[in-house]
Amino acid sequence: MAENVLSAPPVQTEPEPTPERPNPWLRVARLFLRQREASIVVVAIALIIYFQFSNQAFLSTQNIRTLSQFVAATAIISAGEVMLLICGEIDLSVGQVYALAPFIMYFANQAGLPLLVGLILGLIVCALVGLFNGLITVMLKVPSFITTLGTLFLINGLTLTISQGFPVLTPSEGLINEILGHASYSEIIWAIAITVVMQIVLSWTRWGLHTVATGGNLLGASEVGVNVARIKIGNFMLCSVLGGFAGILEAFRITSIDPLAGGTDIMFMAVAGAVIGGTALTGGLGTIVGAFLGTLVLSILRDGFTLLGVSAFTFDIILGAAILVAMILNVRLRLWREAGRE
Amino acid sequence: MSESATTEVIRTEGLVKRFGAVTALNGVSLYLRQGEVLGLVGDNGAGKSTLIKILTGFLQPDEGRIFIDGREVRLRSVSHARSLGIETVYQDLALVNELSVYHNMFLKRETLLNPLPLLNNWRMRRLAREYLQSMGVNIPSVDTEVAQLSGGQRQSIAIARAVYSQARILLLDEPLAAMGAKEGSLIMNLIRTLKSESQVSIIMIAHNYAQVLEICDRVNLLQHGRIALDKPAGQTSVEELTELVMREYRAGANQRQQPLAGR
Repeated sequence: MAENVLSAPPVQTEPEPTPERPNPWLRVARLFLRQREASIVVVAIALIIYFQFSNQAFLSTQNIRTLSQFVAATAIISAGEVMLLICGEIDLSVGQVYALAPFIMYFANQAGLPLLVGLILGLIVCALVGLFNGLITVMLKVPSFITTLGTLFLINGLTLTISQGFPVLTPSEGLINEILGHASYSEIIWAIAITVVMQIVLSWTRWGLHTVATGGNLLGASEVGVNVARIKIGNFMLCSVLGGFAGILEAFRITSIDPLAGGTDIMFMAVAGAVIGGTALTGGLGTIVGAFLGTLVLSILRDGFTLLGVSAFTFDIILGAAILVAMILNVRLRLWREAGRE
Repeated sequence: MSESATTEVIRTEGLVKRFGAVTALNGVSLYLRQGEVLGLVGDNGAGKSTLIKILTGFLQPDEGRIFIDGREVRLRSVSHARSLGIETVYQDLALVNELSVYHNMFLKRETLLNPLPLLNNWRMRRLAREYLQSMGVNIPSVDTEVAQLSGGQRQSIAIARAVYSQARILLLDEPLAAMGAKEGSLIMNLIRTLKSESQVSIIMIAHNYAQVLEICDRVNLLQHGRIALDKPAGQTSVEELTELVMREYRAGANQRQQPLAGR
């Protein structure tokens, strides 16, 4: 980069480009920036460049692996939260489901069931938690913020009770463990695969279209005949299942199951990632790819500051400020993009 | 039933609707002929919206009968009315701002890339473009998000969607409200196109008498929950309608007298 700038002077001596003939690079840049996720990609690349210049270890194989682990679980949860946020709801309890699912798998395995069956049982329990969240929110008209705040404590207590507050070792069945999170990059591969599949679901299926319609205009969508209750409940279940799956992957990776894993920390990271990635908290707008990139930015920040040796106290200050700056940039760029569309 | 029953798509007889002590409809009897555009005018609180809500199945009348295509029906719900071919375009439009024009057109009627469960966006885009073109609805592109369109364009799309969904009877709730002259003429043109090119019959609520007389075949004036006037558009005038409403207004002001029924 620096060398290019040094060799550039002859070009810079040229007069300002004529306004009549648009620069092709500028046009490409503009086209790119019109994409919803563009602003966040720019932020991510800028951060990578900054951290790499500050510390050469940032792009080392070892750190990339660490970074991928930071990203993976949060990105999977984020995909679920995006679906919920788009249809106008939120799930605060997903971090607790994240801790519960591997315990269900563990106890099923202790009872003599194969690990894979235990895993499926764990995910079924997650789906039931999502169903519970959805039914209370949709049928009893309790705002999802409150419903899932309730289940947050409820599930946390449940996990602590069945585990008696102690972590356990993740059962081992060789290949299954490797595929489901233990192998170096398996977790991030799952995260990328889930992101791709969920993005297709969002933009290329009826379910995705109806999810956007539900969040964009609840009354209008139901007038047209969209079953908004089914869409919302389904997305609650989806979000919970993805949260539980992320917890299980993480349990395989770190080979132990902690009743206090995840929690509000990972949930807020996932929601923040989604919002930074362009998902509106008001519903109707958002992409899964954007949420993945948003999570990536948050992880780069966390990992980069750790490498720089920033203390944990100052880290939160910087992280908070960085979220604000990223959001302000994002909003500005979106306004600019919308103005450019006319 | 009257002798013209075969061409009547809607007939109501003595519809009454009360909300507590308030009688919103006090015996409304009207009819709508096949292919006709009926303008429904009247002061605020005359019962226009209540009448539309009953015809769309959203409210149930306390008394009176409704005939669709000459057969008596009890409209249980909006979806029941819709299954009989009655579509309503409300002022709030029921469009999703965040979705493109063609996704809005096909919402809940999506075409899929069979056997895959994926949306056939190409086909929906093409069909929407062709249909809107044939209706003379001008928009930059069917890919445009609805949020980017003007009020008139949004209204046009809402109407076009209702007709595209095989509605035979269209109820338009103030389609010309809060719209400039240019926007209003956009909707008027669309209604004209519908009249000449489709079988749809329309009841539209409106406030602007001049526009109503220009676009409608027949006008019904609703006063105090009753039809106070029923004339072909050519046989009445802005002056007559204004006079009737004003007389009613003055009568209401000098003590509560009996409504001056015009029939």
